[in-house]
Amino acid sequence: MLTLLGALPFFLYVTVFLLLPIGVMAVEAFRATDPVTFQESWSTGSIRAITEGPYRRAYLGSLQLSVITAVLGGILGLALAVAILRTRRNLLLRRLVLTASGVLANFGGVPLAFAFIAAIGTSGVITALLTDTLGLGLGGFSLYSMTGLAVVYLYFLIPLMVLTITPALEALRPQWREAADNLGASGWQYWRYVGGPVLAPPVIGATMLLFASSFAAYATAKALVGSSLPLVTLQIADALSSNVVVGSENLGKALALGMVVLIGIVMAFYAWVQRRTQRWLS
Amino acid sequence: MTALAEGIAGAGSLAPETPVRRGRRRTGAWRYVVLGVLGLYFLLPIAASVWFTVHDRKNGGITLGTYAAIPGAEGFADAFTRSLVLAALTVVLALLLMVPTVVLVTLRLPRLRTAVELLTLMPLVLPPIALVVGVRSVLSWAPDYFLNTPLATAFFALQEPTLPWILVLIYVVLALPFVYRALDAGVRGADLRTLTEAARNLGASWPRVLVSVVLPVLRTSVLNAAFLTFALVLGEFTIASILGFETFPTWIVRISGSEPKLSVAVSVLSLLVTWALLLLISALDRRRGTKESS
Repeated sequence: MLTLLGALPFFLYVTVFLLLPIGVMAVEAFRATDPVTFQESWSTGSIRAITEGPYRRAYLGSLQLSVITAVLGGILGLALAVAILRTRRNLLLRRLVLTASGVLANFGGVPLAFAFIAAIGTSGVITALLTDTLGLGLGGFSLYSMTGLAVVYLYFLIPLMVLTITPALEALRPQWREAADNLGASGWQYWRYVGGPVLAPPVIGATMLLFASSFAAYATAKALVGSSLPLVTLQIADALSSNVVVGSENLGKALALGMVVLIGIVMAFYAWVQRRTQRWLS
Repeated sequence: MTALAEGIAGAGSLAPETPVRRGRRRTGAWRYVVLGVLGLYFLLPIAASVWFTVHDRKNGGITLGTYAAIPGAEGFADAFTRSLVLAALTVVLALLLMVPTVVLVTLRLPRLRTAVELLTLMPLVLPPIALVVGVRSVLSWAPDYFLNTPLATAFFALQEPTLPWILVLIYVVLALPFVYRALDAGVRGADLRTLTEAARNLGASWPRVLVSVVLPVLRTSVLNAAFLTFALVLGEFTIASILGFETFPTWIVRISGSEPKLSVAVSVLSLLVTWALLLLISALDRRRGTKESS
């Protein structure tokens, strides 16, 4: 009994500072404030509003950006992690890359946005080099577009992939490779029948994490483009900061609820895939 | 895409120079292409930012004036100190909450393990902006429902702009996945059960066991957890910005319009300093590890 009490602070803390705010947000997304009388009532108005027009576009924009960056970041991050682990003799390079990944993946998007503005922004160093010195220009590329955002997002998504997938790669025993080689398997056969199936669940899991991280990213987009691109996080911030429109606060809650529901669907799908691959492996 | 395209061109011109050998060894070549391309992609923006901040466009030449101006910049000292204090408080609170919980779950309450694991992983996939929308709704109860009660006073005290405790409380939630995973790895690595049982048999009290047995065993994990949390708080923008507090990252964004060079200089410096610290910790960690194993 006394030991159960010891776990109480943790559950209490999580309930108050994680579950309560999310619950309140979910409930209040169904409230509406009358613009004239300021009376509050139950309503599905906000929920209906977020499935149409600019908000629908924002969800689609966010989803598209997150899927593309998660897949690209997953592939490139996996390649980088494998390349780093293969250099077994070069421990310094390995440590440099892993610590740099730790910083880039966790430190947050604001400094990254400004590094890219200085490099390929309107008055960036590389922009100036390409246009003034070489006369090439950026070929229609703009940092302040969806493509530009994707380039900056990959700057923290690839390191995130490296960090999450490295333990799984380290668990891949060299003996398996040797056994496959001794049995006459080609490199492709090894990856098709041994390495691939073992790595598939962690790789899918890490890509899901990348998706969630990209979907939730706000700092980079805010620092880079203000609120000119259709992204849900920017729309939520807009709805919250607008004091003019009555009820926009409720709209923000509805938009946030939509994000949580979408992430929930993705996670449920992930759990299903995970269960299937595990059954297949055993 | 430019950085990427450039990277591909750069590595492509290098590739023929790497000796291509027949058979199994040949698979090594792609590694250098990956390292080359991604190396360019990751180094170019940093190098360009450094050049952007030290190059004097008017007179030409190199100047460190931008970096020298950082400490005296308007608002910097306040925002940076506030972020440091918030980070320190978050680290302390997160460890106070999680070290006993992880130890307890490992030793005495294994059936709660799944629940704790799931709850600590939630902030990893939950968008912080959704969390902060909820927090704002809860905070707005103070003026709406609880006015003139002690609860409202407490709510307002949490939102004191000089030291917003509410940020500490939410940052602990954001740090949970990192702290839990670091501590869990440490607990699995050490035979904590035997050690604590030995200490208990010798008559040590539970608090004593925590301080003199568990913490020394977990010091590497605790250090890792503390560092990750610290970096997380120093770089956190979303929650501070939505709740309207000025911290280090929101300050950078605020001044970026009027002082673009300064914002880039501070950004690059913060990234490089954090990286250097993390390298130092990992080097110290390794040295201690080899000493113990020999």
